[in-house]
Amino acid sequence: MTDIWRMIARRLLLGLLTLFVISLVIFGATELLPGDLARELLGQSATEETLAALREQLGLNDPAPVRYWNWLTGVLQGDFGVSMATQKPISELVGARLGNTLFLALYAAALSVPLSLLLGVLAALWRNSIFDRASNAMALTSISFPEFFVAYILVLFLAQTGIFPSMVRITAATTFGDRIYMAFLPALTLTLVVTAHMMRMTRAAIINLLASPYIEMARLKGMSPLRVVLRHAVPNALAPIINVVALNLAYLITGVVVVEVVFVYPGLGQLMVDAVTNRDIAVVQAIALIFAAAYVLLNLIADVLSTITNPRLMHRR
Amino acid sequence: MDKQVLLTIKGLQIEGRSGDAWHKIVKGVDLTLHKGEVLGLIGESGAGKSTLGLAAMGFARDGCRISGGTIDFDGINLRTAPEADRRALRGKRIAYVAQSAAASFNPAHKLIDQYCEGPVIHGVMSREKAEADAVELYRRMRLPNPEEIGFRYPHQVSGGQLQRAMTAMAMACRPDLIIFDEPTTALDVTTQIEVLAAIRDIVRQFGTAAIYITHDLAVVAQMADRIKVLLRGDEVEEADTRTMLAAPREDYTRSLWAVRSFARAEQAPASGTPVVSVRNVTAGYGAVDILKDISFDIHARRTVAVVGESGSGKSTAARVITGLLPPRRGEILMGGKPLPASFKARSRDELRQCQMIYQMADTALNPKLRLRELIGRPAEMYLGLKGRALEDRIRELLALIELEPDKYIDRLPSELSGGQKQRIGIARALAAEPALIICDEVTSALDQIVQEGILKLLDRLQSELNLAYMFITHDLATVKSIADEVVVMQQGVVVERGPKSDLFANPREDYTNLLLSSVPEMDPDWLTRLLAARGGNA
Amino acid sequence: MTMLLSLIIGLGLFFAIGWSSRLAMHAVAPAQHKPIYRDMPLTAAFGIAVILIYVLVATLAPLIAPFGEGEVVGDQYLPWAAPYHLGTDKLGRDMLTRLIYGARNTVGIAFATTALAFVVGSILGIWAALQGGWVDQVLSRFVDALMAIPALIFSLLLLTIFGTSVLTLILVIAAVDATRVYRLARSVSQGIVVMDYIEAARLRGEGTWRLIRREILPNAMAPLVAEFGLRFCFVFLAISALSFLGLGIKPPTADWGSMVRENATLITFGDITPLLPAGAIALLTVAVNFVVDWQLHRASGLKE
Repeated sequence: MTDIWRMIARRLLLGLLTLFVISLVIFGATELLPGDLARELLGQSATEETLAALREQLGLNDPAPVRYWNWLTGVLQGDFGVSMATQKPISELVGARLGNTLFLALYAAALSVPLSLLLGVLAALWRNSIFDRASNAMALTSISFPEFFVAYILVLFLAQTGIFPSMVRITAATTFGDRIYMAFLPALTLTLVVTAHMMRMTRAAIINLLASPYIEMARLKGMSPLRVVLRHAVPNALAPIINVVALNLAYLITGVVVVEVVFVYPGLGQLMVDAVTNRDIAVVQAIALIFAAAYVLLNLIADVLSTITNPRLMHRR
Repeated sequence: MDKQVLLTIKGLQIEGRSGDAWHKIVKGVDLTLHKGEVLGLIGESGAGKSTLGLAAMGFARDGCRISGGTIDFDGINLRTAPEADRRALRGKRIAYVAQSAAASFNPAHKLIDQYCEGPVIHGVMSREKAEADAVELYRRMRLPNPEEIGFRYPHQVSGGQLQRAMTAMAMACRPDLIIFDEPTTALDVTTQIEVLAAIRDIVRQFGTAAIYITHDLAVVAQMADRIKVLLRGDEVEEADTRTMLAAPREDYTRSLWAVRSFARAEQAPASGTPVVSVRNVTAGYGAVDILKDISFDIHARRTVAVVGESGSGKSTAARVITGLLPPRRGEILMGGKPLPASFKARSRDELRQCQMIYQMADTALNPKLRLRELIGRPAEMYLGLKGRALEDRIRELLALIELEPDKYIDRLPSELSGGQKQRIGIARALAAEPALIICDEVTSALDQIVQEGILKLLDRLQSELNLAYMFITHDLATVKSIADEVVVMQQGVVVERGPKSDLFANPREDYTNLLLSSVPEMDPDWLTRLLAARGGNA
Repeated sequence: MTMLLSLIIGLGLFFAIGWSSRLAMHAVAPAQHKPIYRDMPLTAAFGIAVILIYVLVATLAPLIAPFGEGEVVGDQYLPWAAPYHLGTDKLGRDMLTRLIYGARNTVGIAFATTALAFVVGSILGIWAALQGGWVDQVLSRFVDALMAIPALIFSLLLLTIFGTSVLTLILVIAAVDATRVYRLARSVSQGIVVMDYIEAARLRGEGTWRLIRREILPNAMAPLVAEFGLRFCFVFLAISALSFLGLGIKPPTADWGSMVRENATLITFGDITPLLPAGAIALLTVAVNFVVDWQLHRASGLKE
């Protein structure tokens, strides 16, 4: 058992290290620019005074390591600096929107994870049947759809008739029930996009195992197909399935950006797109760091869970 | 033995799918098995013996189908019975023991849980009773700690023990019939004996009928009452074990029997400077020493067989000689001069002198290159042959390994049989015109008749080309037929070395003796005698 | 009702195209390859036909398109009627013309990006697997760190810094995607590098370049080709997403992603015109995925 804890501790440390490297990359990316960042951001027509002001604001006059240190210590205390476009503290801009985005992502996850695991197991159980072929073709098709295509089709069919709103207006006062109702279309869009991936990968993970000799052994012991899949394949497929789920939840982060724009959903994605358009670098860095941290955290959880579910690691000789 | 018929198979045909076409794997085989009788099914790979064994359970693997004939098990037609009925029989009245127990136990569950699954699901007994019964069967299978071993996971138990646990699991519902599919093939010889003895005893105690599938004649001679010989999906002949061993009727059977009789002439004693000397080598990975202070010499025109069970370090010794694993201490001499430890530091000529032939010809030949390039490359590289001269040399080499040049020169490895691929491996080694060829288990993936061809070829090439061979193997029959000198290894140490005849006649070390006496012989009474000699505590 | 009708028409078209393309390929194929096409699934046949049509449209765009790429030909948002068969957009440009040019621009840029990502990623990946040791460690840890940032987010970050032009778009997406190709190329090659024939070639004293060229690459080709298809889909979708967000290919260049964005308001009035460019993106990705899926299935043989 101590082995397991040591392994988990090592994973945690590695996760922290990854986060540190990511912060370096996100911060350091601005250093890649050959010229002056302030001029690049403001354009050729900027006056020397506005340039100097921006340099001062971005702290460009300090050497890079000093700036990185100031930025990092700020971030660790929840202070991401000030937005160039709105002159507001970034933590204020991000605060409420982070909650909204998390809500949307969890909503989509709650719909898609059970659905895709069920479909994946069924497709593996009835492999090469009509159900399998049809669901495979459907999954491939929906993987291929850009998120905005799915979103607009849903708008066309579900919002046109007035069943669900095509724009999401959420404020701090919105009740939970209303949130569920208003965010239904964005959540459904994300679900459709992610479910296909997750289902296909679940199916593949299980089918991969069905070729193992111990599965043949279970069949030769007279076990029913359902029992073979649930008792003999699934426990061994847990680690790959956990990774599949984590990978797709991480994908939600990316999907969220486009979907938020389509439905005018007040989340981080929208904020980021606006910031990129305005080249508001401090805001982009802050949000990139938040998304990356969420991504690393997800992978970390998946890693630890799949370690725990592996009997070879849990029960050493 | 009562003569009540348990299983009747008539005109059984099974097809397998390759790509889009179906081809026959089993071509109309008849089989009759009486209660309590053990039938040995033997044949080379592709004979259809596993497929036939599974069909006796009414089961066909994915990509296979039973296309003709009848299977009657105790009055039940397994071809027409509904799947649910067949499922009710499997594990309960007909059980299966697979070749690799390590792969056939589910890694996610404890042994006892997997044991109890059958009896509980089939409604034979309660979980509590099944657990108690498991301990009893584990004891009868002579597993250590029978009370406790079931509560381990498969990866916590050794291969030989797992194989016995699997036999116990097959016995759980006291079936009428057990199919043993090469149950000891993956085991070392010394472990094999224990498993064979345990299986034989338990089958006799419960009067269970069995189909024992193997490619090893000596093994089947110990286990079976009757033997059926298969060749490419057809029956060759069937007879009583003793009759079959003493007087096989068919030519094919006789050729199988004769394989083990190949032995080359004893060579003159070694003299002069050895081609390669291994001097006090200690080597390993990480902190672990796999080889501990080993030394031996290999002379020109001589074959040194390095024998040992898995984990003895015999392949590691080869890696040290080729320079893939630089030793921690000690050195390798070639023609009396020390070789650089790593192959990267060796000159082209030093690399040329020592060539290697691998166990799995499939992975040893680049599947995307044609034979012309596979064989031609060393000749081009080391000897600078080009154009016409290179072409002639490739053809010469093909002729040397008894493959027709015009027919084969532009083929891909996938267009060859297993034995032919191994011949290409030999030709590639010869193309470098080496002094030493290291043969790493070169025959163990091949059928016996093919093995014999390869051994004869190697023998002929050795005398024609003055080659020295280092022959790594776990198979003592191969050692008997081809070696001049034997190096016995155990856990990284050279236990004993010397000329073959001396070593086989009077082994000095206990381990050598154990190893030699564990090799099954064709005599059906061999196992009984051996167990008696060892005091019944095998 | 319309939904059902369009579904039926869609399925009908799918079967018609798939079936006739399979027949055509079977007829054209050389004798030894005929069985491959006889048994190919309809989805794959459909995919190949669609890809061919796109390539044709993209190369012949100026010949087929009724108007010029950026030409304003009438009022804005005209309905579907001749000579503007698919109406006009918000600036009064012909929708059909811009769709046709979009095939050239969007697909062309996506293809160039994928090719770039592929060359860089696969060469580095194979090299890392072959060398092992510190080369592998340094490259792989670096790629791991880059991959720990979600692709779209990383692209957005880089586009903020470098600005949004077509060239930076290609370079940024290629850089982000090369990390994924590297991962695959490395893991495929690692499977090959442990083979005995690679050991034999090394012991023979072969150099690195020959090992990559003759021993590894031919054996890594099949998965790499399939990966090319998949990566193309990702790149294509990523570029479309960025264009849709207004951060990718900019007007007046005709591009499907930005066409959706420009005309999106029509959707709320029940007009499906903005779905056409989105559908064009979806159709090509579906087609490529179908073909790749078939190839992967064939490569895995009788595994299932």
